[in-house]
Amino acid sequence: MTTPTGKPPLDRKTLIDLGFIEARAKVLDVAAFLDRLDRAPATNVTTDFRVDAIRAALEIALDASPARAERILNSWSDPSTQPIAHADGKAARGAHLPR
Amino acid sequence: MYIDPHIHMVSRTTDDYARMAAAGCVAVTEPAFWAGFDRSSAAGFQDYFRQLTDSEPRRAAAYGIAHHAWICINPKEAEDHGFAREVMSMIPAFLSRPNVLGVGEIGLNRNSKTELAVFEEHLEIAAQHNSLVLIHTPHLEDKLKGTRLILDAIAAHGKINPARILVDHVEEHTVRMVLDRGMWAGMTLYPDTKCTAARAIDIMEMHGTERIWINSAGDWGHSDPLAVPKAVVSMRARGHTAADIHKISFDNPRAFLSQSGNFSVNAPRPTIS
Repeated sequence: MTTPTGKPPLDRKTLIDLGFIEARAKVLDVAAFLDRLDRAPATNVTTDFRVDAIRAALEIALDASPARAERILNSWSDPSTQPIAHADGKAARGAHLPR
Repeated sequence: MYIDPHIHMVSRTTDDYARMAAAGCVAVTEPAFWAGFDRSSAAGFQDYFRQLTDSEPRRAAAYGIAHHAWICINPKEAEDHGFAREVMSMIPAFLSRPNVLGVGEIGLNRNSKTELAVFEEHLEIAAQHNSLVLIHTPHLEDKLKGTRLILDAIAAHGKINPARILVDHVEEHTVRMVLDRGMWAGMTLYPDTKCTAARAIDIMEMHGTERIWINSAGDWGHSDPLAVPKAVVSMRARGHTAADIHKISFDNPRAFLSQSGNFSVNAPRPTIS
């Protein structure tokens, strides 16, 4: 594998057999998460940037272009380029705040 | 037989050492990191560094595992520049300990100006002592920006051979820029917040197995000290050869780490204390 081709050793059918059930479960978990939010009591917050980030990522996952995982990670990343003045806490949030 | 080149064993039980040994672990390297709370004094780091260089190697040796350490103040506690400098002044004394491989895990957390300044000062310590460097890249939405800032700072510093630097916690959007600069890249196998084994294997298929390793980064949080041998099982299921599996889980970490004369896969004889 020292010269990467990007091609897995296994064919597509074998990879589906190997990974379908796990992927199926993860898709259901995301759908159930969104359903849960819809069922939850309303607050004065109508949207959340993290949930918006997931919805945007799902559109990338469904398009026909390659490198979906990389493009989703880029879409969730802080687009700024300069260091911030001070750290605002220790923990990252998972998606960047809208500007 | 495998090496876990990034794991925080001070946070793990002795049972984990036993399970790792049973799974084939022969060596670990343990970077200095955040304990889950901020130390109240620099003296707390003095004791932590003693734990990494004295007691932890003995605990590992009881299971036939060679233990090595990296010394630094981690970026999560680097926001107070004066405090960070006090801790950094202790580093040179520990770099000469027999199980210490270099300076790490340094880097950025929230990409602040002070974190970046402390990172640059760590690089200078590593350069002055000709040490290997292990770098932590930020979490989640901060990773892409932080990785770019780190790579630019290394280039501007310019005193350390890129082949002696490993940039850890790469994912799909950062691995290429690290490899293209001649550095080594680490993929951390985490349940939620970094790479799963499946994605790490994807990255190997797309970017190759040169200058790349996998680690568990097992610590006090949601993590798995057996993540490396479990990834090996996944690689087999995905049709990868025994040679490629051995390269990613043993040969590559050994090649990078052996640039320090202190690295060995042979644990010292266990001692009872």
